[in-house]
Amino acid sequence: MQKITKETYLKWYEDMLFWRKFEDKLAAVYIQQKVRGFLHLYNGQEAVLAGALHAMDLSKDKMITAYRNHVQPIGMGVDPKRVMAELYGKGTGTSQGLGGSMHIFSKEKGFYGGHGIVGGQIPLGAGMAFGDKYHETGAVTLCYMGDGAVRQGSLHETFNMAMNWKLPVVFICENNGYAMGTSVERTANHTDIWKLGLGYEMPCGPVDGMNPVKVAEAMHEAMERARRGDGPTFLEMKTYRYRGHSMSDAQHYRTKEEVEEYKKIDPITQVKDVILEKKYATEDDLAVIDKRVKDMVKECEKFAEESPWPEKNVMYDAVYEQEDYPFLQHKL
Amino acid sequence: MKTIQFREAVCEAMSEEMRKDERIYLMGEEVAEYNGAYKASKGMLDEFGPKRVIDTPIAELGFAGIAVGSTMTGNRPIVEFMTFNFSLVGIDQIINNAAKIRQMSGGQFKCPIVFRGPTASAGQLAATHSQAFESWYANCPGLKVIVPSNPYDAKGLLKAAIRDDDPVIFMESEQMYGDKGEVPEGEYVLPIGVADIKREGTDVTIVSFGKIIKEAYKAADDLEKEGISCEIIDLRTVRPLDINAILESVKKTNRLVILEEAWPFGNVSTEITYQVQEKAFDYLDAPIQKINTADTPAPYSPVLLEEWLPNSNDVVKAVKKVLYQ
Repeated sequence: MQKITKETYLKWYEDMLFWRKFEDKLAAVYIQQKVRGFLHLYNGQEAVLAGALHAMDLSKDKMITAYRNHVQPIGMGVDPKRVMAELYGKGTGTSQGLGGSMHIFSKEKGFYGGHGIVGGQIPLGAGMAFGDKYHETGAVTLCYMGDGAVRQGSLHETFNMAMNWKLPVVFICENNGYAMGTSVERTANHTDIWKLGLGYEMPCGPVDGMNPVKVAEAMHEAMERARRGDGPTFLEMKTYRYRGHSMSDAQHYRTKEEVEEYKKIDPITQVKDVILEKKYATEDDLAVIDKRVKDMVKECEKFAEESPWPEKNVMYDAVYEQEDYPFLQHKL
Repeated sequence: MKTIQFREAVCEAMSEEMRKDERIYLMGEEVAEYNGAYKASKGMLDEFGPKRVIDTPIAELGFAGIAVGSTMTGNRPIVEFMTFNFSLVGIDQIINNAAKIRQMSGGQFKCPIVFRGPTASAGQLAATHSQAFESWYANCPGLKVIVPSNPYDAKGLLKAAIRDDDPVIFMESEQMYGDKGEVPEGEYVLPIGVADIKREGTDVTIVSFGKIIKEAYKAADDLEKEGISCEIIDLRTVRPLDINAILESVKKTNRLVILEEAWPFGNVSTEITYQVQEKAFDYLDAPIQKINTADTPAPYSPVLLEEWLPNSNDVVKAVKKVLYQ
């Protein structure tokens, strides 16, 4: 793994802060009804992404996740303006306005979605790894899911085959405590989700998902195992989301005190503390970063606002590779 | 020409394409060491090895999804379902991922995959093993649905399906795998979305597809003896539907009977009926008749199953009805 240096910490600080502020902006424009549909935000979970990106080889490794998926592609190099535009439903969006919040994709940058059905992306992630193994590319797929998805049959079928076929994939459960409004304790007789790997003899374990260093170390070990041909790993990232499941969530299932407790171990604060303590930067230096982040978020909003709506034919053009597919007429 | 079984046609189509394109593999339950539950992949493990002919555990959801995922990293899989009844366990991956990945990603990913296996009834297998889901899959934009009725069409269309860059549902029948038919010695491909006039006639058009079309042939033979000439159109592809072939025939015969082994509510026959009344209303000399299975789950008892399934007598009756005889 690349060494974790001063530059790493400063990058983590700026990236995570940008993701946080990007999501805050989405919440704000959602309330203004400029972004519609469901909106699932990542606030609180940023270290899981930051640590993983540090361990990845972005020239070939791939990532797939569920519908809490706005900032991962940005982390992998997708222009955040295009992600914002997708949420606005604009033609300049990552999916030309066809995907929306839950379906962000960038084949070019190795981000394979953005999937709306809980657990539906788990076999896909293994399949991507199947393809990479088949073609001997040496790439590894990171397949993310929430703590709700691990109760789906798709996880168990996929774990079984991924182990049997030694696919180069790392399965990562982002356990933020709640499957929508249902706590982990209420969904199963056990709460150590990582132990689900044991039944398949898959290397597995828990990770402090609020600390990017811990995430990077665990991810590196898992990815090296996959690259060596020794198959998958299952990591349970213990993390937390500050916001509701989606924007319509009144959060009656938890207390304000619980949310405040987690904010004490906020990933951005943790990184900031190290930066100041080790004198990697001063408060003034960080203020410059804060300003840059704020400006960039504003630029994304402006781009999305000013972008054109998609052309109506996009709706048809995107469905089939066949160019002259004879769609049925749906109205006069 | 040479004469081969339907299962050999399927096997030849897959093998010929796999010889030419390394990206293609076959995956499913019992496809490799067992040579296929219905021997449609006989000899393929020996020729292509375990990297490309892959036995799976009994986990349709998992392996359907893994196959779809592998299209995103460059593969062109053929997934065999032992029957399409079992595809229901994996249907999420077909409807929500295979059919939509291109659209959801704004055209960034294509999904060249074939899901194939037998559909509909196959003797006294009762409720869970006798279902026809052609109209379910055909309802879903993003998919193409092919249902051949003989070895020639099966081979030519399966090759087209494997070469196609969109996801294709390819439906066979346990009761057709032993059927023999002539196919060319050399390679050939048939176009997707083009119906075939299996018999020319003048008095009435019968539209059908898949193995049940044989009941239309029997009916047409019987009716011919009574001086009634039937034109039989084999759809071959259900989605996209070759409506023009049907319209041209109806404009000639002015009468239409549709025979489909499927539950009667909202099926392929219903769609054809709608489109024909819309586009050829003035050409129709009688209301369109459709013949389907009973509106119940398939029964087991032979007496009940016979009643449940459409047969040639039903076709004869329907033809006579549209002829007001």
